[in-house]
Amino acid sequence: MFSNFDFSVIGSSLPYLFGQGMVFTVTLTALAAGMGVVLGTLLAMMRLSGVPGLKHIAKVYVELMRSLPLVLVIFWFYFLVPYIGAWVTRAPNPIQVGAFSSALITFTLFEAAYFSEIMRAGIQSISKGQTGAANALGMTYWQTMANVILPQAFRNMLPLLLTQTIVLFQDTSLVYVLSLTDFLGAASKVAQRDGRLVEMYLFAAVVYFAVCFTASFLVRRLQRRVAIIR
Amino acid sequence: MTSSPMPGPTVAEPVAPGARAPADSGLQSGRLIAPQAGGAPGVPMIAIDNVNKWYGDFQVLTNCSTAIVKGEVVVVCGPSGSGKSTLIKCVNALEPFQKGQITVDGTKVMDKATNLPKLRSRVGMVFQHFELFPHLSITENLTLAQRKVLRRPAEEAKKRGLDLLARVGLSAHASKYPGQLSGGQQQRVAIARALAMDPIVMLFDEPTSALDPEMVGEVLDVMVELARDGMTMMVVTHEMGFARKVADRVIFMDRGEIVEDATKDDFFGKPRSERAQQFLSKILQH
Repeated sequence: MFSNFDFSVIGSSLPYLFGQGMVFTVTLTALAAGMGVVLGTLLAMMRLSGVPGLKHIAKVYVELMRSLPLVLVIFWFYFLVPYIGAWVTRAPNPIQVGAFSSALITFTLFEAAYFSEIMRAGIQSISKGQTGAANALGMTYWQTMANVILPQAFRNMLPLLLTQTIVLFQDTSLVYVLSLTDFLGAASKVAQRDGRLVEMYLFAAVVYFAVCFTASFLVRRLQRRVAIIR
Repeated sequence: MTSSPMPGPTVAEPVAPGARAPADSGLQSGRLIAPQAGGAPGVPMIAIDNVNKWYGDFQVLTNCSTAIVKGEVVVVCGPSGSGKSTLIKCVNALEPFQKGQITVDGTKVMDKATNLPKLRSRVGMVFQHFELFPHLSITENLTLAQRKVLRRPAEEAKKRGLDLLARVGLSAHASKYPGQLSGGQQQRVAIARALAMDPIVMLFDEPTSALDPEMVGEVLDVMVELARDGMTMMVVTHEMGFARKVADRVIFMDRGEIVEDATKDDFFGKPRSERAQQFLSKILQH
């Protein structure tokens, strides 16, 4: 049945697939996840703060991002970011930020909405008594957050944050709409060049599955190790 | 036999006059507190003046007034829901109140001009559920606020923390985490953590009511020693034995009001209000 297929194309294109494609995918995932968690945490803090203005800005932002398809946001930012950049810096012409920067900004802003919901649950999972104890010791809001609440919230939510990052890892394949070469994009290019669509897309699927399955397995093991003894 | 060093108690620091460790507590001798700062003569350490607090339409505190002077130990008791925990949390503004005034060492608690974190750092508080930070070791629990709030150097903070840990008899547990300690041990660490800030007054919010009965004693022993060292204390508790032993005054609350505010002897000997009499007869029956 497989007599018509030629899987040797995979072997010969491995350096390109992993050296460029996978490196791009992992870099984008790691940077967007890191920045997204930071922004998401700030959004969660805004949303849980009693300050009406901050609370509503964060709520609207999160709801908006969660209601839009990712591809649309990717497109939107690709065309819009140059104009926003020009407006902010008062430059006369749109500022070219490049497809990678545009994708990174998009994923960061988009994932921050999801990370913020996770961090919000994480912060709410810490009892009010912990905040009370930290405040009673004279700690300010920021000291309490940085030293008492967020470290615990982060540890409680680490499995969920990593699971969301695995989803992000898969979502980065959407950068094909910006003609960027991530792992799937690299596989796609080889497939079309050599006319080996089935082999390459099958291989790409196997790699995505292997990476995500292994990562999920490791997350479950980690979950047991980081749990705080209570 | 040659004279080998005897295994035995190490030489303790000189015991300050007046400091007595209870014989059965297993506490090392020495004072839990540094000589007390604050409290100008004639000015109460805590002044609670006509405090009212509402949750929506429900009034939880009604016209509460009392004062606690330096070195005084005041026990606050009353049935559950009487507002005693709410009142003690108003003292360091963990709970806001809408009417009246509380001053601590002359500083208004509910005043926009007050540096609240600074004020709170001088008021130690011990909670019903201990509230140690579970992600930090015991040593880190003892030093965190000293370093971040008082900006003490790490070495100094650690020395002060471990010193107090020794005084509550838990030196062996310095590198453990709160979850590895019993409730009584955790509460003693929580007391040490509050004392590490060198507070001018200590607030206790039902410190023993979440403990298994066999652990109540070890916590009360630490509190008794603290009282005898001269610490100004406001203690919400049902432990009438503690009140009899060290309290100067007993405040009885019911339905958000201070019903009785009397010296210990008056309160136990001849409570004036009927509600206090009923409460005492219930609680002292057993």
